[in-house]
Amino acid sequence: MAQRIDVKDLNIFYGDFRAVADVEMAVEPRSVTAFIGPSGCGKSTFLRTLNRMHEVIPGAHVQGSVAMDGVDLYGSDIDPVAVRRQVGMVFQRPNPFPTMSIAENVLAGIKLNNKRISKGDAQDVVEASLRGANLWNEVKDRLNRPGSGLSGGQQQRLCIARAIAVKPQVLLMDEPCSALDPISTLAIEDLIAELKSDYTIVIVTHNMQQAARVSDRTAFFNLAATGEPGRLVEIDDTATIFSSPRVQATEDYISGRFG
Amino acid sequence: MTATTLPEGNPELRALLRQVDKGRHRKDRVMKGLIYAAFVVAMLPLISVSWTVIVNGIERFNAYFLTHSMRGVFGGMDAGGIYHAIIGTLEITLAATLISVPIGLLTAIYLVEYGRGSLARAVTFFVDVMTGIPSIVAGLFAYALFAVLLGPGVRMGIVGAVALSVLMIPVVVRSCEEMLRLVPNELREAALALGVPRWLVVIKVVLRTSIAGIGTGITLAIARIIGETAPLLITVGVIDSINFNLFEGRMMTLPVYVYRQYSQGLVPCTPGDLACIPTINYDRAWAAALTLILIVMLLNLVGRLITRFFAPKNLG
Ligand SMILES: Nc1ncnc2c1ncn2[C@@H]1O[C@H](COP(=O)(O)OP(=O)(O)O)[C@@H](O)[C@H]1O
Ligand SMILES: [Mg+2]
Repeated sequence: MAQRIDVKDLNIFYGDFRAVADVEMAVEPRSVTAFIGPSGCGKSTFLRTLNRMHEVIPGAHVQGSVAMDGVDLYGSDIDPVAVRRQVGMVFQRPNPFPTMSIAENVLAGIKLNNKRISKGDAQDVVEASLRGANLWNEVKDRLNRPGSGLSGGQQQRLCIARAIAVKPQVLLMDEPCSALDPISTLAIEDLIAELKSDYTIVIVTHNMQQAARVSDRTAFFNLAATGEPGRLVEIDDTATIFSSPRVQATEDYISGRFG
Repeated sequence: MTATTLPEGNPELRALLRQVDKGRHRKDRVMKGLIYAAFVVAMLPLISVSWTVIVNGIERFNAYFLTHSMRGVFGGMDAGGIYHAIIGTLEITLAATLISVPIGLLTAIYLVEYGRGSLARAVTFFVDVMTGIPSIVAGLFAYALFAVLLGPGVRMGIVGAVALSVLMIPVVVRSCEEMLRLVPNELREAALALGVPRWLVVIKVVLRTSIAGIGTGITLAIARIIGETAPLLITVGVIDSINFNLFEGRMMTLPVYVYRQYSQGLVPCTPGDLACIPTINYDRAWAAALTLILIVMLLNLVGRLITRFFAPKNLG
């Protein structure tokens, strides 16, 4: 089931460098939250702390708490592997496993974990996930062909299918459309709109229209100066952010009047 | 923050996030244990060898020993050193490196960047074959080669360097090849798309990116040959005095020195002769071995520094 996420006093570091400071926000369940802001302000960094992927970078660590439905993901008794099973992720560049077929890619979360699954169940998972990712009709005749043979947009939807095949509760997407053409982008935006009935979705985007189209809430991050940590400027309903933001910097950024 | 005793939040979710499958934890611990055990087992011989060499070699290891040759030293005399052998080892190793690195690196570049089809396959095959050549055979080969050119009985430093090159080239090719293959193709394409010709891409992007790894590979290749004894015994011979000239006459080298001192064995001292040390040959052998180990360590250190200096830095 989709979960809410509460972030409190979160500071994110690469070694000694504080990349993101003092983030405080709530991500509502079954909704889409968009992160916008200039490059380098720490959107990706913050996103990756939500499924404990940040700490896989040597020296990277966080202070503060990220609570999913009241459970602190950084609590000492929490297994990061289990967290990543509940919080899926889609990366900026489509990254299907080149050695696997389309079907195997969808099942990667199961197969790579050495889990046994019956043929029938596997077929069901593949079909359900690919349908969920709006890709089924395009690939159902070539499930055993390599995933790298698909177009960029199809590959990205394959990656989404792979992410939802393990039935996470939250789905993180880091600029999932930045490498895609407008038609593929639309396909993915439609998909996000459908997925939000089942998942809590967080998406980083550089495209204002996209944020306005797909998200319910929008968070604006900014950077005071290079070398300074990025900060959350404000988070509000998307309509509010785009019509009457509380902070001047947000309005400047959205309207393109940004330094 | 206040410490709460009750675990907060959705208990169902908490259980889900904690579910460390027991097996994984156990496997992790077992594997950790195995790795530590393997580490200890691997360290034992290393520590034991270093300890033995240090204990036996430290007594003779001093400035006098490092700065004097064996010229005019005989019997159980408390004299003699390894200066001539250090010179020989350094010169011959340097010459072998100067021969092997260009050949090996260019071969690796050919294999990775240009080699297609049967020639590349043949080169790979012969490099693999070369890897398996026994070092004594490499020595005989170099001797035979120079005997054809300069007549039989030829002994000089350069012949030894050639023999060592035969051993070193395949190691350099292999390690450089691995390093060059690690450079992502995107970088080559990025440079090519800027209108840069292939050879400049190779030099300025591919080599520059992989230089740290190549440096490590070359250091390891040097460490591999610096202790070779048999081919040098055949090609360079032994001598008691200092010879700086690679192209004329015999030279001494550290491994050969160790072998020679050791094979001379105990000195039959006349009883009552206090200036005669019966174990002097063994002592010199140990001290020379210690020197050789120190030289290899020093080389590794230098290699590491070079690697660190060239490694891609996080700019900004
Ligand atoms: N692997 C890393 N190591 C060190 N610093 C990093 C790393 N990744 C990102 N950073 C730094 O963290 C800051 C935020 O980067 P990022 O999260 O990628 O920004 P965004 O996604 O908003 O463009 C930047 O200053 C960047 O230089
Ligand atoms: Mg980013």
